[in-house]
Amino acid sequence: MSIPTDIDPITLSVLAGRMEQIADEMDATLFRAAFNPIIAEAHDASHGLYHATTGDTLVQGKSGLPIFVGVMSFAVKAVIEKAAADGDLQDGDIYIFNDAHIGGTHLSDMRLVRPYFRNGQLFCYLASVGHWHDVGGAVPGNYNPGATEVFQEAFVLPPVKLARAGEINQDIIDILLRNTRMPQSAMGDLNGQMGALDLGIRRMDELLDEYGAPTVASALTALGHRAEALMRSELSDLPDGRWEAEDFLDNDGISDVPLAIRVALEIRGDTMTLDFTGSAPQCAGPVNIALPTTVATAYVAIKHIFPGLPANAGVMRPIDVVVPEGSLLSAEFPAPTGGYTETILRMIDVVFCAFAGAAPERVVANAYGTINALSIAGKRSDGKPWVMFSFYGGGHGGSSESDGLNHGNAPISTATIPPMEILEAAYPVMFRQWALRPDSGGAGTHRGGMGAVYEIEVLEENGAEAFLFGERGRFAPKGISDGGEAAMNRFTYEQDDGWATPPLASKMRGIKLRQGQAVRLETPGGGGYGGAAGRNAASIARDVARGLMTAGSADKTYGTAWREVVI
Amino acid sequence: MSAQEKSRMIGVDVGGTFTDVFVLNEAEGTAAVAKVSTTRPDQSGGFLDGIGQQVQDLSGISVVVHGTTAGTNALLERKGAKTGVISTQGLRDVLEMRRRDRPRTWGLRGDFEPVVDRRNRLEVPERTLASGEIRTPVDLDAVRRAARALLDDGCAAVSVLFANAYANPQNEQRAVAAVREIWPNAHVSASSEILPEIREFERFSTTALNAYLQPEVSGYLGRLEEALKKGGFDGEFMIVQSNGGVMGVETACRLPVRTALSGPAAGVIAAAYIATSAGFDNVITGDMGGTSFDVSLIAEGQSMLSPQTAIDFGMVVRAPMIEITTIGAGGGSIAWVDRGGLLNIGPESAGSDPGPVAYGLGNDRPTVTDANVVLGRIDPDNPIGGKLTRLDVEAAKDAIDAHVGQPLKLDTLAAAEAILRVANSRMAGAIRLVSIERGFDPKTFAFMPFGGGGALHAGAMLAEVGIARAIVPRYPGVTSAMGCVIADMRQDFVQTINMLVATADTQALCGFMQAHTDQGMALLDAARTTFEAREVSFELDMAYVGQTHTVAVPFSVVVENGRVIPPTLAQIEMAFDAAYRATFGRLLQGGVRRILNLRSAVTGKRPKFDLSTLAPAAGGTATPKAHRRVHFGDKWHDTAIYDRLALPTGTSIDGPAILEQPDTTVLIEPHLCGRVDSFGNTIIEPRKDTA
Repeated sequence: MSIPTDIDPITLSVLAGRMEQIADEMDATLFRAAFNPIIAEAHDASHGLYHATTGDTLVQGKSGLPIFVGVMSFAVKAVIEKAAADGDLQDGDIYIFNDAHIGGTHLSDMRLVRPYFRNGQLFCYLASVGHWHDVGGAVPGNYNPGATEVFQEAFVLPPVKLARAGEINQDIIDILLRNTRMPQSAMGDLNGQMGALDLGIRRMDELLDEYGAPTVASALTALGHRAEALMRSELSDLPDGRWEAEDFLDNDGISDVPLAIRVALEIRGDTMTLDFTGSAPQCAGPVNIALPTTVATAYVAIKHIFPGLPANAGVMRPIDVVVPEGSLLSAEFPAPTGGYTETILRMIDVVFCAFAGAAPERVVANAYGTINALSIAGKRSDGKPWVMFSFYGGGHGGSSESDGLNHGNAPISTATIPPMEILEAAYPVMFRQWALRPDSGGAGTHRGGMGAVYEIEVLEENGAEAFLFGERGRFAPKGISDGGEAAMNRFTYEQDDGWATPPLASKMRGIKLRQGQAVRLETPGGGGYGGAAGRNAASIARDVARGLMTAGSADKTYGTAWREVVI
Repeated sequence: MSAQEKSRMIGVDVGGTFTDVFVLNEAEGTAAVAKVSTTRPDQSGGFLDGIGQQVQDLSGISVVVHGTTAGTNALLERKGAKTGVISTQGLRDVLEMRRRDRPRTWGLRGDFEPVVDRRNRLEVPERTLASGEIRTPVDLDAVRRAARALLDDGCAAVSVLFANAYANPQNEQRAVAAVREIWPNAHVSASSEILPEIREFERFSTTALNAYLQPEVSGYLGRLEEALKKGGFDGEFMIVQSNGGVMGVETACRLPVRTALSGPAAGVIAAAYIATSAGFDNVITGDMGGTSFDVSLIAEGQSMLSPQTAIDFGMVVRAPMIEITTIGAGGGSIAWVDRGGLLNIGPESAGSDPGPVAYGLGNDRPTVTDANVVLGRIDPDNPIGGKLTRLDVEAAKDAIDAHVGQPLKLDTLAAAEAILRVANSRMAGAIRLVSIERGFDPKTFAFMPFGGGGALHAGAMLAEVGIARAIVPRYPGVTSAMGCVIADMRQDFVQTINMLVATADTQALCGFMQAHTDQGMALLDAARTTFEAREVSFELDMAYVGQTHTVAVPFSVVVENGRVIPPTLAQIEMAFDAAYRATFGRLLQGGVRRILNLRSAVTGKRPKFDLSTLAPAAGGTATPKAHRRVHFGDKWHDTAIYDRLALPTGTSIDGPAILEQPDTTVLIEPHLCGRVDSFGNTIIEPRKDTA
């Protein structure tokens, strides 16, 4: 396939690598400088280059959070609209905002957008997004399972100029720092993001000095065509047809009603439609997501199915994403969106299940499907407050190639979990157990990976309070091609009269714990791939010998033939 | 034989294809090299064969230093011993759960098998808290039962992995003592002995991998030592560590995990020495192999160390290692055009078997080497390595046409140039990564290629990254073996401290510093080699409270007659402020400073040799041994071919030219010139007339 531009293909290859490296280096700059571990360690941030008039993603760093690959262009588009309305875009401007209804994801994500000018002409935009530690609101860390409006989640900042023609507007910084519980961390992160943008500008200057603006501009156009061509070529290989899938969120954290996520996936020639009509209406609690998030999530699901595709908006040109108005996938301001992670994980699950109809070998079965944001907080004997906030892992789905990964991170993230010893050194807790959860992977020719068990005891004599924001307490991660379902999420907490479970299964606020009492999180595994009958007896016997399956459940799932195998 | 007569030092680097031997005769000031094929599966055959090519009487050897990939290969190929783990109740799965990562960001595929099977990971009642308080004393009967069960199941090695053992090793050490009483061999590793540092996965992984390697590596080194002794050798046998220092063979058998990057580390050490001797303190090395291009940066003569590495997904080794950045662009990397019309190099590689198309061993997709062959840069009649007699240029052309030329509508030569341009640009990207992105200006660095293919691409690196010159060592193919002879003896120690500076117990800190110093000095004392000097250095990992990433804070401490003089808190604070400011530009007002870890290094400086002993004679003229057509840019150039090793010092040759030696081809592009310096290195720079 040839590329309809005037740039030679070799220069294009070289420039593609150079520009990816610029975005990667912006990522690395922020990871090093950021103060808060969510950026520094979990890499909950992203950087890229965006089109000067459309805001489309041109190039994006490879080390940032997967969900940002699709969502960043919405932040840039919002700034383009704002600048057009105000008519005052200048070289050296930096816009800043966190409004999730405009820019997607949630209010913790602070977005900085900076125009890049070359010889007085707008060439493209650079943008930086990072998850700040705290942006005000009712709950430290902003995961408020009881929020019914964004105002209870965080302060909301629309796109405003942080810098005007190179001059920082200190007023904006003063407002920001007065609205967070952790001003020092916020300032460190803001500095890091501005530093990353500065670096991007320098690198772009060098690149354009070397190759000239017209050549680089041609390359950017060509890369969009190339991304589109790649996507069309992949779709052409697939059969035409229409496949549907549905799944449910447990509830919205307010009322105990399941919320449907539905998709109809249609492939025609070299195009695809993802139609989410039939998904639940906007809800009271924070599992709503804004339209930009929905479109970005479709992109994330597609990129997991076709991992070789570049991070470029051209990929989405042959794809139509239909989102019903009034649904929880296009929530209106000021609906709360703090728990967006749970909803988009479910979207990815249904897209995979629907896509399995077209080409099961291209998808993996559902992963554990919840980030399980668990916070345990209290006061030490000297009166100082402490908050241990972390996300927990689970199993990945089986695939055509292998069993699913045991204890992985969420498909929308690449974050690693903090070490147990770091948590125990920082907070008055002790992990009684940090282990794989037997029998939690879905059955299959290639079974799902195992989820985990974390049992955490409070050591502080003043006791503590626990908060959980999870999912998959009522609906299990699904298998693909007759693969079985994984075990569901199970959360229990110790009280004076024994172990208790939350009324809303996977979400709860204000659980009171005494010293010596614990919470126990048993996370879902991944779904299985292929029918259980296809599983190799030796693999079953090995799982039993390793204690990853109990003998009884192996018999029930796979029959008893494995008992004949000597391993 | 007297020490005077025992004048030979030998470095041996066993790589995947070749075993290289470097022999230094200290008395005569001469050096010799040998290259033989690596033997498999037992590498000791090639090892002894290589030495035998240069030295018949092993009793005349004072030191043999070995850079080995035995450990790396055992890890990559999962060929370590059957290993058991005895762990804290509730925590046996830490090794398998990792840090909740995944093999690749996109695609969600792949699973992971830890080196220790879950059946052989047993738990015992015991618990230490982060404060060091023992909440549950270890149940030693349970420990003994676990050890016997592992032995009965056939485990050849075992590791004891207890929570918070860095904070208080008592439970773990009582357990490991009980295990050692019944374990029939020395292959017992404890996490508090291997790495007394906070972060359980990293500590457990390093310790378990150490145990996994112990039987293999100590068996291999034992066989070598025995064979050397049988040949009359009674000098010191030492092994290169990943940190670029050497250790005695007993230490290597106890801590085999420290050999994970032994071979490449030796190469970087040699590169630093060669470059510094030649007057370049700042150098970026580039080792181009069949599947990868490994880059390392040396600033002011010092190589960078990284605190840990992952040998493979989920196989983390935490120990100071020479920092080496690898990208998948080697001679065997495959060039292909994707469905969007973009030319890509790698990550798929034909390696060295079947290798490039031109080898005629079954690969039909074009590689970087094939492009070099088609453009005349590699002599098809004298392939490097000696396994083949002739390279198949026509087959290489056909493959380039079919897979690159036709899809991109380019003729063969343009397609071959395109492959090199994209490959060079990726290699240049790796150099930018280690230099520009870490704040080093490549213009102040020299590029040193080693390995078989690197010197073909040196000129391109100058053009792509703006490096001023390249320096090709006289024997680029035996750099790692030479590094073995040069490397100092070094031991690293770590201890998690976890104290606020304001209330730090400097006596306790000093106690650890003293213990590290004593252990390190004892190892130097036990060595039968001579040291010119001994050095002790300390570094603290520090941060502000609330910050994740620590800053390495070097600080000078006086050691008098082996006694460490404790530093004051003010000295520690000043050192932190200086290091923090250098890293982040500014200090944090009102921030509370914290010490996380102490890192100590004890180094015995070994005598260096004069590299000019390797140099060719001065004077005389350089005469091409042949001419052939080589393609540069868009046309063929008649290019002079020289026998590189015969070129006298001081010679300057203008490009286009090719300098050939048995294991390396040096390319001097038309706008460059190559100068032979007084050590026999080739310095490649822009030609004066075109500069």
